[in-house]
Amino acid sequence: MATTTARPAALDGSEDGRGLLTRDDRARLYRYMLLMRATEERALTLYRQGKVPGSYYDGHGQEAVSVGSAYALGPRDRACVLHRDLGAHLIRGVRPGRVLAQMMGRATGITGGRDGNMHFGDRHLGCVGMVSMLPDMALVACGLGLAFQIRREPRVAMTWFGEGSTANGVWHEAMNVAGIRRLPVVFVLENNQFAYSTPNDHEFAVDPVERAAGYGFPGIKVDGNDVEAVFSAAAAACERARTGGGPTLIECDTMRMHGHGAHDDMRYVPPELLEHWAARDPVEAYEARLAAAGIDTAAIQADVRAELERDTEWALQQPMPDPPTATDGVFAEVAEPLGDGEAPWSRWSPDREATHA
Amino acid sequence: MPELTYLQAISDALREEMRADERVFCLGEDIGRFGGAFKVTDGFIEEFGPDRVWDTPLAESAIVGTAVGAAVEGLRPVCEMQFADFISCGFDQLVNVAAKMHYRQGLAVPITVRLPSGGGFSGGPFHSQNPEAWMLQAPGLKVVAPSTPRDAKGLLAAAIQDPNPVVYLEHKHLYRRTKGEVPEGRYELPLGEARIAREGTDLSVIAYGAMVGVALEATEDLDGASVEVLDLRSLVPLDTDAILGSVRKTSKVVILHEATRSCGVGAEVAALIAENAFEDLDGPIVRVTAPDVPIPFSPPLERAVLPQVDNVKEACRELLAY
Ligand SMILES: Cc1ncc(C[n+]2csc(CCOP(=O)(O)OP(=O)(O)O)c2C)c(N)n1
Repeated sequence: MATTTARPAALDGSEDGRGLLTRDDRARLYRYMLLMRATEERALTLYRQGKVPGSYYDGHGQEAVSVGSAYALGPRDRACVLHRDLGAHLIRGVRPGRVLAQMMGRATGITGGRDGNMHFGDRHLGCVGMVSMLPDMALVACGLGLAFQIRREPRVAMTWFGEGSTANGVWHEAMNVAGIRRLPVVFVLENNQFAYSTPNDHEFAVDPVERAAGYGFPGIKVDGNDVEAVFSAAAAACERARTGGGPTLIECDTMRMHGHGAHDDMRYVPPELLEHWAARDPVEAYEARLAAAGIDTAAIQADVRAELERDTEWALQQPMPDPPTATDGVFAEVAEPLGDGEAPWSRWSPDREATHA
Repeated sequence: MPELTYLQAISDALREEMRADERVFCLGEDIGRFGGAFKVTDGFIEEFGPDRVWDTPLAESAIVGTAVGAAVEGLRPVCEMQFADFISCGFDQLVNVAAKMHYRQGLAVPITVRLPSGGGFSGGPFHSQNPEAWMLQAPGLKVVAPSTPRDAKGLLAAAIQDPNPVVYLEHKHLYRRTKGEVPEGRYELPLGEARIAREGTDLSVIAYGAMVGVALEATEDLDGASVEVLDLRSLVPLDTDAILGSVRKTSKVVILHEATRSCGVGAEVAALIAENAFEDLDGPIVRVTAPDVPIPFSPPLERAVLPQVDNVKEACRELLAY
């Protein structure tokens, strides 16, 4: 099976070239990227003020990956979201305030203080919270896909991971079972050039996207800083998965513009490399495109700023968890399966269902 | 009531749960066309089809990890490790993904992981282990270890219906050697309740799994002593009331397990008794276990390591005379 490079989305400024995105969709893609960046910037400030305990990680510079890919998901699809992918949580319906409360270890954060930083998933919105061990969630995503397949449901599981994670044996097991059973899973590989301090040439001898063919399904490589290119690839992969075509591996080429965590000064990254990628910032590039197409990006920016102010204020007022509850909830009394998430892509809105279903 | 082997009882429980509840499916290596290394799922693929009896590739992380995903989507997967020993290869998915999920995210993970465990057949260091103590250090897992066919069936049904990850230890030595009456039809036994296998007043032997039979045999006729045998059945949750109740009655206790000694179930039970029933004891708490060595292959070496009827007799006699 050949590895292909996705056709970049059309740059005509009015639509994506495949008729998948409306003008409102494009405004929303921009809004989610901006919201991810703004939420993470605010979280970093809170971290520096000592309000976020532990460590802090973000996906600065990678906004187009999680936003573009998660935007393709339908309400009943499921997601195992990783640590650089806040955009996916926002798209599924998690409010920024709850993310900030989560990071500050507050009782109303998604995990109620049980887990920190990006280790969360709102089960009511169809997300399974990640564990640290990378890339364990790739197998969980396979299991979600297995359930859809056994029940003959046209649904998709999506998961994300960095290129560093493709070196772990678990990744091989996930790719192999997905290939054997043609599971409806979309694997989004974020090649942000480094795993912590380890560069690509220490991570693999062959570009991991090439490996998809070895597992019997397509691997495609896209510009991970072009939100519409990521979206197009993800939408096609979801469609394939939904119609019995099996899994897809999408490699998004991008760059981690911050350190691995807030403690990391990135001195191992050559400055020219950072400059190269800084000139290709995904949020700024998309803003320019939309502004040229006549979309009022300033209004979106103002709207996001206001939302963040409100949500930050709310988050800062949230209580810390009650210490005696620390031993509660080790065991479940009942098994409540995952709920459905929000799906802002116009394809999923009721009036569009007929034309796109 | 029909007499069934331990293995038939496990097989029946699984088959009946699959017939009654379409969410239940099983996955593991060679469990389909071959019927499983021990034939627990013999005939299942013919009855339930390949979607519900998945012959997985050789990949224990994949078995446990995909089970977690299917479970949170509403199914009830039952994983088979070909031998309990191989859970080490799927351990991360079990202890980090499955066990912690509800505590961290409020998301229940109703999976069952069947572990054919134990030694006694020259299985050697990699096909003889009793890995239960590993599981006790992973909060969020329930752990059961039945000793009779009746318990094996009722506890497996309960494990499958439980909303938590349950590790089900099925001792290989019991598979075809142990027979007993098993009620027909579906039934569940509660997880977390021990069973008095024999009442007694002079001394308590606390055991589980294959060692319950060893305890009964060793103490059947012990110079006229009245020995109580308590079958724990469930290691998490542990029936602390039953343990303390038995100790308070007899004042002397031998804890018996086939697993290695240090930080094993016996250590936990001994600590529990020391903390809560110290005043009731009339002698030291005694453990009979495998020593801290891998289980060797050659029969005389293996016998030297695994607790034998005579070791239990000797330990009981000494304690009775204390
Ligand atoms: C199995 C495992 N080993 C080590 C770590 C510690 N660790 C956390 S993130 C990271 C780098 C991950 O790199 P990559 O998968 O490329 O993702 P990125 O952080 O670059 O997005 C490491 C080594 C881990 N989380 N999991």
